[in-house]
Amino acid sequence: MPPDPSQVARLFIEAIPHAKALSMVVGHIEGGIAEIEMPYDERLIGDPATGVIAGGAVSALMDTCGGASVMCHPTRPIGTATIDLRIDYMRSATPGQAILARAECYHMTRSVAFVRATAFDDDRDNPVATATGAFTAERQK
Amino acid sequence: MKKPEPVQVVKQRRDALLGALVNRVPYIDYLGISFDRRGDELTGVLAYDEKLIGNPLLPALHGGVTAAFLETTAVISLSWATLWADLEAGIIGTDDPDEITLPRLPKTIDVTVDYLRSGLPRDAYARARIVRSGRRYASVHVEGWQDNRDRPFAQATGHFLMPPKDG
Repeated sequence: MPPDPSQVARLFIEAIPHAKALSMVVGHIEGGIAEIEMPYDERLIGDPATGVIAGGAVSALMDTCGGASVMCHPTRPIGTATIDLRIDYMRSATPGQAILARAECYHMTRSVAFVRATAFDDDRDNPVATATGAFTAERQK
Repeated sequence: MKKPEPVQVVKQRRDALLGALVNRVPYIDYLGISFDRRGDELTGVLAYDEKLIGNPLLPALHGGVTAAFLETTAVISLSWATLWADLEAGIIGTDDPDEITLPRLPKTIDVTVDYLRSGLPRDAYARARIVRSGRRYASVHVEGWQDNRDRPFAQATGHFLMPPKDG
């Protein structure tokens, strides 16, 4: 039996040193949709006046989650890398709260994956940031 | 004619202000970013560390780290441009950098990162060009490179909301 693509994607993400450094936890991951949570950490503060997490840390979460959505796509790519990523910061994340990213690989070609992602804090009705990106899809030769 | 200030005094004043701006942001220290200053020009330097890796097989820098590095360089360069102008005009104090009330940092509205080649497991550099900076909004382009200045590994364009001038 071939390995479960969700399990492969989970292992792939959990082996990323930077994802580990930011204590990212992979949640639901299946069928081109991935969820990853990143706890609040004072070392990641970008605005010392408010204690708000740096945009860059949110970018790292969105990028990781985007890659995870590609890796769990049913066409089973064996690797991925970001081609381009645009992030819109809609509001400051509330200090002290974890950030949850949800990414969807909404279109896949042989070599390119198109991804949308959204990031939330505890207020799930008002996203903190959204992202769109293109990723490479590496295939078994 | 007034005698020019000794060069060391001028340098010390400028570096102290840059230090005050950069050292207050925990995330800059966490990623291992520092800023190299030549006159008013800043170059962001990202010191390589294993925790910055995104693909352990290649190995390559994490795309999110690259995005964060370019964005951080844009934010600091924007804030520095305002501070520099005020410092040179004598608007902000020159005696004790600890006494200077630093402005709030610009807020990122959006940033688009273009990944040109994979980031190698070594130091990276970035320089920002302020394309337009108005009273309220600014548009910045940033280029990141590693060994070879002519072979950038990533570039980014971002829009930023500037802090209000009087607080």
